[in-house]
This record gives sequence, C-alpha cells and structure tokens, in this order.
Amino acid sequence: MSNGDSYAITVVGHDRPGIIADVTGAIADLGGNLEDSSMTLLRGHFAWTLVVTGSDPVEIEHRLESLRHNGLRISVIALPEAPSHGDAGAVYVMSVHGGDRPGIVSALTKVIAEAGGNIVDLTTRLSGDLYVLVAEVVLPADTDIAVVERNLSEAATAVGVGVTLRPEDIDLL
Amino acid sequence: MTDLLPDLPKLHVGRQRDVLRAPHAALATTCIEVDPHSDDTVALAADLLATMDVSPGCVGLAANQIGVSARVFCLDVSAHPKARTCHGRFVLVNPVIEVATRKERAREGCMSVPDFTGDVRRASRLEIRGYLPGTAEPVLIKTDAFEARAIQHEVDHLDGLLFVDRVVDARALHPRQTYL
Repeated sequence: MSNGDSYAITVVGHDRPGIIADVTGAIADLGGNLEDSSMTLLRGHFAWTLVVTGSDPVEIEHRLESLRHNGLRISVIALPEAPSHGDAGAVYVMSVHGGDRPGIVSALTKVIAEAGGNIVDLTTRLSGDLYVLVAEVVLPADTDIAVVERNLSEAATAVGVGVTLRPEDIDLL
Repeated sequence: MTDLLPDLPKLHVGRQRDVLRAPHAALATTCIEVDPHSDDTVALAADLLATMDVSPGCVGLAANQIGVSARVFCLDVSAHPKARTCHGRFVLVNPVIEVATRKERAREGCMSVPDFTGDVRRASRLEIRGYLPGTAEPVLIKTDAFEARAIQHEVDHLDGLLFVDRVVDARALHPRQTYL
C-alpha cells in the first residue's frame, strides 16, 4: 500500500541484535509505512536499505539519531517517483566466479550495459580467494544473446574468471 | 510418458471464475474435505477446469484460488517441457500425499501471487491418493518431476499455504519480471 512520497533509509554499521526492531519501531511510531527493503550482512557489517512512505523524513531522521551512537550510519533521502521499467526484455541470470582481483564486476557489467541490459538484482561475495557474482539481468527483447555471451566470455577471460548467462527459469503453476 | 487415469466423468462446461490474489483470506485458509460425488463438487471441478483453460500459462488451480473452501484441485502439465510422467488433464478431490521423496529446488510463480517468484524445494517423486469428481473409487497417482511439483503446489493451496511460505531463504523471493 503506497501512501505519499517515498524516501530511502540506509542503515549500515556494526551488527547486533535488535537493529531492525529499533528502526522499524521508530518508523511505525511516526506513522511511516515500510515498503520494499533488503538487508544482509556484508563482510559481517549490517547493511539495510528501506523504502518508506507516509511519514516526515526529517522527523524520522531525528528519531533515528539516537541509534547512530550505537555504531550505525543512517541516512534518509527523498526519492523521486520510481521510473518505469522501460522497454520489453527478457530476464537472464549471469553467474561469474573465479580468483579475486580488481575489475571483475566492472568488466562484466560493462558488457551488459553496452548491450542495453539492466541489472535488477546483484549479489557479490568474496570467500578466501574465490570471488562470486550473481546478477539478474533484463536484456532488450531484440538482443542477440550469442553476441552478448561472446562479449561476456571475452571480458571474463581478460580478468581471469568464468561467466555463464542463462534464461531465468521459472515454473508458473 | 502419460499414465492414464480413469476417464473423468462427463462434466458440463464450467464457469470461468476470477482467480483470487494474495492477501485474500481464502488463500490462507485450510480447505475442507468434500463429497466427491456431490453435484457441488462436480460443478466445482468443471469451473476449475474452465478457469485453468482460459488462464495463460496456468497448469493447475486449487479451489480456494477461486474462493471455494474445498479440497479439490485441477491440473494439466501435458504441454510443459519439464513434465516427465504425466496424467493429462484431471481433477482430484480430497488429495492425500502418501510418499514424497527426492527434493529438488526450483523457482515457482503463481497466479495468486503475480508479482513475485520464489525458490522452493519440493519432492520430485510423489504418490498421492484422492478421488476423481463424481466417483467413489480412490485413485493413486504416482508421478515425478514437474507434475509432482505442480501437485504439491496445489495441495499447499488447499492447506492455506503459498509458495512464499516455503521459499528456501531470505534471498529466494524475487520480484517477478513481467516484461514478456
């Protein structure tokens, strides 16, 4: 249920039990409505982005001030109206893995961007020397997938990783 | 491979019904067992098939998806490329899963949750007992692969569960990209 202007809250910092309860409690007290959010631990750090409507972002920011003293960095920013998803396209999952080195993500995502593709979800993880990237990519409907695969393969080889691009596999029931 | 079930009793042409969407309460409610013989059950079976037939991409429909609290679902995976064993187009009343083994993970979508997909582990070998509408004889369906997954998805509906109740982890729920 969307209700008025949207704003984004980001919460990053030392992980501890209760952060989500504290932040959502403050939002609820001020009448805010939590819409989409995504939280995970990144190298052990708490990282959360929320889209909230229905409250005054200045009040929210003021209310969250006290949490900043617990090792959290919090920002509240107004969001413009969400853009449309654009032209029709097909969804693919791109998987990349190999030895860690600078430039892997930029090399592969540059190929997607040059193909007019849009990345709509992305996870990257580093464990030891292994770097793994998984992205959901929307490619324009008239994309020559063989060309994109070849360009991705060349880019991956240049940075010493492997890449696969496969259609999103959904069973509609 | 098609395993034949007894022919469905002759059903009249059903009514196309609206498919409910979450968070409708009917989708979170356990359905009740019904008399496979009753006129209401036979009419419900016809309505389920009629609604499935006009819904693009739909391979199964549970009674509470059209607002009826009855343990009845229809299924037809015969055109699906992931189907191996296939029992064609059928309706099952009061289904009971008796054997469910060899779980596999796959991403599912649902007409009642049109804006999301989710990764769900389900058995790929299944035995399920139930009744065909209008009959008193129980049937036992032994199946696998996509038909097994679809049946479990429909039985979950009858238990008031959606695939979002079964997603494997917090990263396994996805906005559905409906670009095509």
